[in-house]
Amino acid sequence: MKSLEELRQIKERALQRRKLSGEGSRARVVVAMGTCGIAAGARGTMSAILKELEQRDIADVVVTQTGCLGLCEYEPIVQVQVGDQDMVTYGNIGPDRVATLIEEHIVGGAPIEKWQVRR
Amino acid sequence: MTVFRDLSQHILDIAENSITAGAALLYIDIDEDADADTLSIVIRDNGHGIDANMVRQVTDPWITTRTTRNVGLGIPFLKQTAEMCGGEFEIASIVGQGTTTRAAFQHSHIDRPPLGDVVSTLLCIVVGNPQLDVVYQHQVGAGTFLFDTREIREVLGDEVSLSDPGVLAFIRGALTEGLATIDSEATPGG
Repeated sequence: MKSLEELRQIKERALQRRKLSGEGSRARVVVAMGTCGIAAGARGTMSAILKELEQRDIADVVVTQTGCLGLCEYEPIVQVQVGDQDMVTYGNIGPDRVATLIEEHIVGGAPIEKWQVRR
Repeated sequence: MTVFRDLSQHILDIAENSITAGAALLYIDIDEDADADTLSIVIRDNGHGIDANMVRQVTDPWITTRTTRNVGLGIPFLKQTAEMCGGEFEIASIVGQGTTTRAAFQHSHIDRPPLGDVVSTLLCIVVGNPQLDVVYQHQVGAGTFLFDTREIREVLGDEVSLSDPGVLAFIRGALTEGLATIDSEATPGG
């Protein structure tokens, strides 16, 4: 494995930054990773989300997974919750939509109406 | 018919079963053995397990433990793929202790899906499930690569999560380099 010393330095930088920006997370992102989601390409979607956050150096967004939501026809499904606002469910989120989603909803704070799934 | 393009998508799918079963520790072992012409994948968890009756049933495409839909497909798909490729599939489970899923393939079989993007699969499992530790061991011939999230957490402590952008880049780099070192057929991560 790469050197754990390198990881220690990364940890120090992360802690330094948190001292400047304060605790807490700005948003929560949930990717549906059931068999249906994976078959529809959810792994590529989640990879794109992680890569986008990594490139933008966004540290205060928590990305987790969930199983099948019973909305298989809309997979890949991504849910976004900014602060204590309502959770928004998006359908058909391929990797190509990820940058826009993060830019508009997470950075800009404005949910994207036309990509939402209504139950 | 196959729903998954590569074996690493199957690994992600089986790992999701472990996560649903409440696993805290997940072992993923891959062995690419060109001499013996086999490729095997073993996924072992310490989740709540399933009873003998359920073990018999899970390979049936019409059985599932989930409640949102009544048809489970992940395990039958992997079994079918293994058996179609001159390999075998088995699942063993002990209630209260965990489940082990093993799929083996003829390495050179024309229909065997490629391993594919193992790095993305591991990143999704590791980052998406903060309560889960993952021990990944990948062998190609005489070379072995070992990745253990417990080592990473020991350094990071409780203060910094695995999804920190710097840590994410570190894990991505460690996995990509490790797989290149053992000359795995896995494609570089996305």
